Amino acid sequence: MNIVESLVYMLIFPGFLFLTSYAFFAQYIDRKLYARFQKRVGPPFIQPIADFIKLMSKEDVVPKAADKRMFTLAPIVGLAAVITAFMYIPIAWESSLLPSFEGDLIVVLYLLTIPTLALFLAGWTSGNPFGQVGSMRAITQMISYEIPFFMALLAPALIVGSWSFGNIVTDQMNGIWLIFLAPIAFIVAIITLQGKLERLPFDIPEAETEIVGGPLTEYSGRRLALFKAMLDIEMVVGASVITALFLGGPHLFIDFSGLPLAPYLPFIIGVIIFFVKVLAVILILTLIKSVVARYRIDQMVTLSYRWMVSLAVVQLVIIILAKYMGWL
Amino acid sequence: MAKLTIPIGPQHPALKEPEKFMITVEGETVVDADVRIGHMHRGLEKMFENRTYMQLIHATERICGICSFTHSTNFCQNVEYILGTDPPPRGLYLRTIMNEWERIHSHLLWLGIAGHEMGFDTLLMWSWDDREEILNLFEDITGNRVTHAYNTIGGVRRDISDAQIQRSLRVHDYLLERMDAYVHVALNEKTVLKRTQGVGILTTEDAKRLCAVGPRLRASNISYDVRKNDPYAAYDQIPWEVITCDTLDVHAQLVVRALEIIEAIKMCKYMLENLPAGDIRIKVPRKVPEGEAISRTEAPRGEDLHYLKSNGTDKPERLKVRAPTLANILNVAHVLKGANIADVPMIVAGIDPCMGCMDRVLIVDSEKETSRVWDREQLRKYSIDWYEKEAFR
Amino acid sequence: MKRPGVMIGAVLGRLTKKPVTVLFPFEESPAEPGYRGQMNFDNDKCISCGMCAKDCPSFACVMEEIDGKKRPVFYLDRCMFCGQCEESCPKDAIEMTTKYDLAHLPGDEPIVK
Repeated sequence: MNIVESLVYMLIFPGFLFLTSYAFFAQYIDRKLYARFQKRVGPPFIQPIADFIKLMSKEDVVPKAADKRMFTLAPIVGLAAVITAFMYIPIAWESSLLPSFEGDLIVVLYLLTIPTLALFLAGWTSGNPFGQVGSMRAITQMISYEIPFFMALLAPALIVGSWSFGNIVTDQMNGIWLIFLAPIAFIVAIITLQGKLERLPFDIPEAETEIVGGPLTEYSGRRLALFKAMLDIEMVVGASVITALFLGGPHLFIDFSGLPLAPYLPFIIGVIIFFVKVLAVILILTLIKSVVARYRIDQMVTLSYRWMVSLAVVQLVIIILAKYMGWL
Repeated sequence: MAKLTIPIGPQHPALKEPEKFMITVEGETVVDADVRIGHMHRGLEKMFENRTYMQLIHATERICGICSFTHSTNFCQNVEYILGTDPPPRGLYLRTIMNEWERIHSHLLWLGIAGHEMGFDTLLMWSWDDREEILNLFEDITGNRVTHAYNTIGGVRRDISDAQIQRSLRVHDYLLERMDAYVHVALNEKTVLKRTQGVGILTTEDAKRLCAVGPRLRASNISYDVRKNDPYAAYDQIPWEVITCDTLDVHAQLVVRALEIIEAIKMCKYMLENLPAGDIRIKVPRKVPEGEAISRTEAPRGEDLHYLKSNGTDKPERLKVRAPTLANILNVAHVLKGANIADVPMIVAGIDPCMGCMDRVLIVDSEKETSRVWDREQLRKYSIDWYEKEAFR
Repeated sequence: MKRPGVMIGAVLGRLTKKPVTVLFPFEESPAEPGYRGQMNFDNDKCISCGMCAKDCPSFACVMEEIDGKKRPVFYLDRCMFCGQCEESCPKDAIEMTTKYDLAHLPGDEPIVK
């Protein structure tokens, strides 16, 4: 890729501009579905962007007790990390257009832990007791969901035998979607992703009826807007990771490569298919969110270590056995 | 681990009304809790002394925003006791029906609040949608959704028509069906059970010692209900059971409240089907003779007590209100110690606190009280010292 | 059976149904027929007895001199719509209607004469 292509890739598509708009759209879908499940009307289409602009134009307060540099840096670092993570996800099958390399799955997973760390630092340095309790909860929750989440995403990599998104997606396009080969890992990944995104039943770090806003209690204005955008984008990236690893990425059992204007039209169709699948994952996440109550932090840790880790281990053992027996 | 003092309130998303709980935590465990009440003092009792009895019917109704009808029932009963009159049976039945409807809508409201406190917002939206049915009935039959202005001294103000009775029965059938679904959720939803079972346990002895009232008391496995033990209005003429639960925790309160709604719906259906004919009210004089009376009712939140002293004019000498939350706030302070931070909103919401009705006196925290017991002499000395200091300033 | 998500079926069923909330100022939300809203005052029936003003709990009903006669005036910002005036009136000159949409700008208080 030359410089212009790289800049377009990073800033416009599928980078910053496209990703942010899609995150707002995903937030709209999430809120609208949540509202309809609750018999409400829900927000209008423009609401997420209106919220963002409103927060951007609001007064930005830094509390005296807070560490100013850390307070400002945390949302920016978190936002940068999630946007970078999205660059490596194969949103279409023309792998020549994508910067895929062996091991990008690990890079994405590590980049996806940075938002939680940013939230932790933000809460810890904001000098607010609610923020500190929220930070402690965020970090406790992180060490309990990360392990099953990593193990669940290890399953597709084991089946394909590659650490690269590109290879995993290509393999699914030639064979079968990995959700059918590793259904347990898919369930574990969805549930722990809910914990990663701090959504119900695991919105413990920012449980509003218990600790007001958790790490975000002291945030306002621009920095809050960045944090909110970070959480939205994190949801899209998390759903995209699951789509790419389990749901075949841009694959839909039909070969579009014969269409005119190749490779551009098939590329666009692939992107559309991919993002429709991401929406489906978000629908599952929203459905989970709307039918459960919030767990307590100790219950969350128990659930992760007792159930999620064991299920993931069972899945891995099954895959290794199948590999060993030569079924896969 | 370092101790951290967290203020819950006066402004906090878990509390809809301004009250302050200072909780000291170690990690996630509460080691000390301090309840400070009085942020909602409105000076109502003094105001009551300057209003006529006619105006007071509507003023007492505004003590509480949710259990408004029970407060006005209490007031009207007090005046009726002093006057020595009894409302006609149809009036008493209608009054009882409204009391039970209020219980239904208040408990449905609590169900939603409890859902919200544990992050189950869907339960909040659904139960409040069903509560709307009862509120619409209120709006049609009494004239308003929450402050009904339905009670009056010597009966009730509006009669109920046959069409309205039919409509109410249909709504009751629908609500019975919906309550089955909620009871199913309350008993089977794993995440709800996780958050409520074993949380905020108040033993039977503690409940007696700390004078808990209402659903909190019945959830501590004590069968006490003013409607049964000291029947008023028409409660002694209709068949019903007191609901108790023996698991003592917040889940017990959830079960007690859900089953009480079902019991209340059945009571209302019985009363609507067996409504006596006749007048709904009797004429009473505007001036009340000298005397005093105490009236108790079972508000949705527990026992509500009014004391009225009249002096022969059309205004009362004194009207004292003891709202149920005041009796229950002591056991909250007790139960909070040793709880998890995440359970604080559940425990506080568990008693269905109504701070607005409660705040008319200041109490001293029960823990602090022991260290500050003064005998009469000490108190006298303190007051003299204080006044001298003031005088010399 | 005890499991998480027992409401999942009921919640999914909402997808095909209409929401129950009403976007109020843009959609109609009529009051029930028995609702007590803004009152109507019939000047011809009034006998200037002043019972309504005497019983009004929130002092929204005040007797004022209009065309040489004492007549009640209802300041609706103070009114709490208990309907006590309707009940106290010996000649049924006051009647409550179902009109509840009484929001207004400052200095534009609705007054019933």
